[in-house]
Amino acid sequence: MLEGILIGLQTALSMQNLLVVIGGCLIGTFIGMLPGLGPMSIIAIMIPVAITMGDPSAALILLAGVYYGAIFGGSTSSILLNAPGVAGTVASAFDGYPMARQGKAGKALTIAAIASFAGGTIGAILLMIFAPMLSTVALLFHSPEYFALMVVGLSAIAAFAGPGQVTKALLMTVVGLIMATVGEGALFNLPRFTAGIMDLQSGFGFITLAMAMFALPEAIFLVLKPKNLGDNGGEIKDLRITRAEARAIAPVIGRQSVQGFFIGVLPGAGATIASFLGYAVERNIAPKHEQDEFGRGSIKGLAAPESANNAACTGSFVPLLTLGIPGSGTTAILLGALIALNVTPGPRLMIDEPQIFWAVIMSMFIGNLVLLILNLPLIPYIAKLLAIPRNFLIPFILFFTLMGAYIGQNNATELLMLVGFGVCGIALKFANYPLPPLLIGFILGGMMEDNFSRSMQLYGGVSFVLERPMTLALLIIAASLIIVPIVRARRAR
Amino acid sequence: MALDRWIALVLLGICIIYGYTAWFTMDASLAPFMRRNPIWPSTFPKVLSVLGVTASFVILLGLEKSEEWVGDIDHRRLGDYFIGQALLLLGLMVVYALCLRPLGFLFSTVAFLIIGSVILGERKWHLMIPVALIATGSVWYLVQEVLGIFLRPLPYFLGV
Repeated sequence: MLEGILIGLQTALSMQNLLVVIGGCLIGTFIGMLPGLGPMSIIAIMIPVAITMGDPSAALILLAGVYYGAIFGGSTSSILLNAPGVAGTVASAFDGYPMARQGKAGKALTIAAIASFAGGTIGAILLMIFAPMLSTVALLFHSPEYFALMVVGLSAIAAFAGPGQVTKALLMTVVGLIMATVGEGALFNLPRFTAGIMDLQSGFGFITLAMAMFALPEAIFLVLKPKNLGDNGGEIKDLRITRAEARAIAPVIGRQSVQGFFIGVLPGAGATIASFLGYAVERNIAPKHEQDEFGRGSIKGLAAPESANNAACTGSFVPLLTLGIPGSGTTAILLGALIALNVTPGPRLMIDEPQIFWAVIMSMFIGNLVLLILNLPLIPYIAKLLAIPRNFLIPFILFFTLMGAYIGQNNATELLMLVGFGVCGIALKFANYPLPPLLIGFILGGMMEDNFSRSMQLYGGVSFVLERPMTLALLIIAASLIIVPIVRARRAR
Repeated sequence: MALDRWIALVLLGICIIYGYTAWFTMDASLAPFMRRNPIWPSTFPKVLSVLGVTASFVILLGLEKSEEWVGDIDHRRLGDYFIGQALLLLGLMVVYALCLRPLGFLFSTVAFLIIGSVILGERKWHLMIPVALIATGSVWYLVQEVLGIFLRPLPYFLGV
């Protein structure tokens, strides 16, 4: 392994490759801030550039830099504008945006940068050590386990239910799941609940719903009650994290980096479930007085999903590099790039082309480090975005929500849906319905139904729950994630 | 009746219509070979409709105890806030959605950004116009020219 690490370092630390990774990180960060352009689209766009570079190692280093940059860029728009452009950064908005509203935008971005760096780095270390072993474990996961894993992901809703809000959170989750059933399902290939409208054949767009439930209601609330986002008395450019805060988030980052990595290894699970689950777990294990802080600007609530989603992204490289199986949309595109560069990922990659295998892993370390070094000095300037007067800022926020929905689907009807859902989001916010469960239900609903249906077909009924111990164990974990907080709350009363 | 119950009532209606479709109409067009499957396209929606109706009823009947909650903005006194500006901005978004294709991205977006600022009370034209022009041009260049995602720049009658 040491020899491999040295080969990888030698390749990744050449002047050309260092410039490539810096360029990739910068491009990824800035384009990733645009809602609607997640890592997948940005990498797809950068593939022609990577291929023309000729050298597979340099090309992969560029794409890795773009990947990490895009993830950080996505978190930035989540934290500053409450506009998550990709599912993996939705959970970062839960506490990141309240922090920005309290005048702690600089601190929130710093925590996000450090947590992302730690998540990515710990993930890369785990990848180096466990990659070959984990690839076989990942293959033990079948549809029943995936279904149970989605249920575990849904159990995160308990984390959003304040006092007297459990049924509201449940109803919002059901509404999200119902919305996910609209359109053609992957398994049945039949249009459902489309009312004959062609634009609904492919279902509702994730970005449209995310913008409508998060960014649009916030922007309208800022119009109703005028206030500049930078007017909260805090110093929005201040990056400092106190020693007590660092002590509080360090174990969270450590735990969620490890948990996120292992969830990311499972093909199809990915950063979204890792971030939701990371958030839910940290809230559940936090002391009572800290639990109430979640959703209102808790630093732990921000650090958990940020480290988990970055570690999960690194984890998703395990099946790609060791088995040639892409575990997520982004790694599927990377697989295409590898093939175009005449590199065949799989069990023999480490033996036949060790310089590429190790260069990719080393570029993850270097990419994360470069991203941290580049972004920390930029944070004060990025955070200054909130100091723009509201008369200018609000039309821009609304414009970017519209663009996010439009770019995602390339359909003007999507914009009308965005406004319609946005009005619903505003009404739900007025009535104190928690909105994150709706989005969680929507994101996980499709995958959950597909895996549930496949399991039912394979086992001819629900017997798979009892026949597969791992499924049963995961379902028990999900039930405890919901029941334990309720029981604790009752006892506290 | 409190707003959350009104919303529960609306959602109850939606869940009933959804459930009716899932329980009674959806399976009519199902191919015979699919009827032998242990799971049908309507199975999951049926479960969801029952859950949705139950949860809506619990909220509607006030079975879960919760304290009355007033957030940052009290919806019962909307007249005290800038409701006119908010409604105009939502209307502007609808107009933008309808104009984006026929009038082209550049014109629609410049107009959206300037009118949006005007609605919010801005009158510094020397700032609004250049900011809107530069921002629109930059976004269009980035999205269409760099990223290759088509955004019709000019009105349809100019043929682009």
